[in-house]
Amino acid sequence: MLTINDLHVHYGAIHALKGISLDIKPGEIVSLIGSNGAGKTTLLRTISGLLKASQGTIVYRPDGAQLELTRRLPHQIVASGVAQVPEGRLIFHNLTVQENLELGAFQRRDRGRMAHDREFIFTLFPRLKERLKQSGGTLSGGEQQMLAIGRALMASPKLLLLDEPSLGIAPTLVQQIFACLKQINARGTTILLVEQDAFLALETAHRGYVMETGQIVLEGTAKDLLHNPQVKQAYLGQ
Amino acid sequence: MQTFLQQLVNGLAWGSIYALIAIGYTMVYGVLQLINFAHGDIYMIGAMAGYYLGLALGVVGEGSLLHFVTVLCGAMAICGGLGFVIERCAYKPLRRAPRLAALITAIGVSLFLEYMGQLVFGPDPKLFPPLLPARPVAAIGGVVINTIQITIFAVAVLLAAALRLIVMHTTMGKAMRAVAFSHTAASLMGINVDRVISFTFILGSMLAAAAGILVGISNPKVDPLMGIMPGLKAFVAAVLGGIGNIPGALLGGLLIGVAESMVVGYLSSTYRDALAFVILIVVLLFRPSGLLGSPSAEKV
Repeated sequence: MLTINDLHVHYGAIHALKGISLDIKPGEIVSLIGSNGAGKTTLLRTISGLLKASQGTIVYRPDGAQLELTRRLPHQIVASGVAQVPEGRLIFHNLTVQENLELGAFQRRDRGRMAHDREFIFTLFPRLKERLKQSGGTLSGGEQQMLAIGRALMASPKLLLLDEPSLGIAPTLVQQIFACLKQINARGTTILLVEQDAFLALETAHRGYVMETGQIVLEGTAKDLLHNPQVKQAYLGQ
Repeated sequence: MQTFLQQLVNGLAWGSIYALIAIGYTMVYGVLQLINFAHGDIYMIGAMAGYYLGLALGVVGEGSLLHFVTVLCGAMAICGGLGFVIERCAYKPLRRAPRLAALITAIGVSLFLEYMGQLVFGPDPKLFPPLLPARPVAAIGGVVINTIQITIFAVAVLLAAALRLIVMHTTMGKAMRAVAFSHTAASLMGINVDRVISFTFILGSMLAAAAGILVGISNPKVDPLMGIMPGLKAFVAAVLGGIGNIPGALLGGLLIGVAESMVVGYLSSTYRDALAFVILIVVLLFRPSGLLGSPSAEKV
């Protein structure tokens, strides 16, 4: 579904990604774990076209097609079926919940299927339905995260990128949100999950990658990584 | 009392014109955090376009509503196109540059339009064609309202209503509000941010053109430097209302128009131009976020 090969990204003089290669197969949940500043957010921003790669390729293969994402603009990447739930959620505070959801489907014209997707989002997050007319800024952190995920789903993505969905959210809600991610995946959406909470991330995922200072240092099935002594020591506090 | 009401009517008419210009400042600031100092000059180009369109239509004696509407739409179209070209050529290449670079460029574009205007149109004031007959329509208790003032109110209200409809109820309007909140978030929704910015410039420039035509019919002398002072005052109006806030720009424009008119009526017209700057200083000292702006203007 997504094959990244030898990807380099620079912020001015800072070499943020130093040759990342990874592979995501259709239908998978892949977790990317690593400490602060490892370059996880940079990687997601580069996939979405918000940052320019200085070297390397990101090949995205939705239903038989083959697209090179490093040469595309963010809105074209969304149109091809890659949506992102960004770090810090970036809910439009000045717009209502309803308008936030509508913006998620900005490029879509298939009203019938949009309504269907909306219903699915409301079954995942019934609270959003209750708050449709409220402005996004009045929601709690957990509700904003639900809205951010719902909004990304409104684009009907084939590949969903999530950046730290557990950040700053009450633990009970985190459990609920991660259960929803599995439901979203079961409905056919491939997921790339960036998460600092390594245990949670690996419990949810099929496979995982571990990043350190701009490089992939480990990869494997989620189960293997959970039992890997290095991972245990560095990220699971065991 | 009669003087007060008369000055109020005059002030609201001028204020409507300031408001139309101020909306353009505030909308562009909303999506780009840029004070487009060339905006007052787009208003001048609007008036100039109106002058030449009026000549082309052969309006000499007394025009008609059809003449007025044709010239208004023509000038709005021309300035819409100009706004688009200016944004593409001058501001878009600077999207990732520091904000100051774009601000200095805006001053450059402003000077370019002013002095190219002098070169192309000639520096002498031109007499704007009488597109509409100026007749008093009502005199209530000695307060006179004429056709020109009625036209100014009608056009300003109509355009403000149309703008509200666009911003609040269309997809493009929603996209504008999204871009104003965050370029990153808007891009991730699949919004083509550059296109929204172009659209905002087109819309703002069209409103400035309308203001240019309205000034042309009420104060029929137009020249290439006529945009400087109203441009600055409209900028003050946008700051007074809360920069980035469209209803605020409307309110700010009307308040400045009325305040100026009162100064002319009760003090002396000498102080008229100074007033806007006094207001600017007071706003920046006591309420820098403006009347309707939210105090936390800094974006997270």
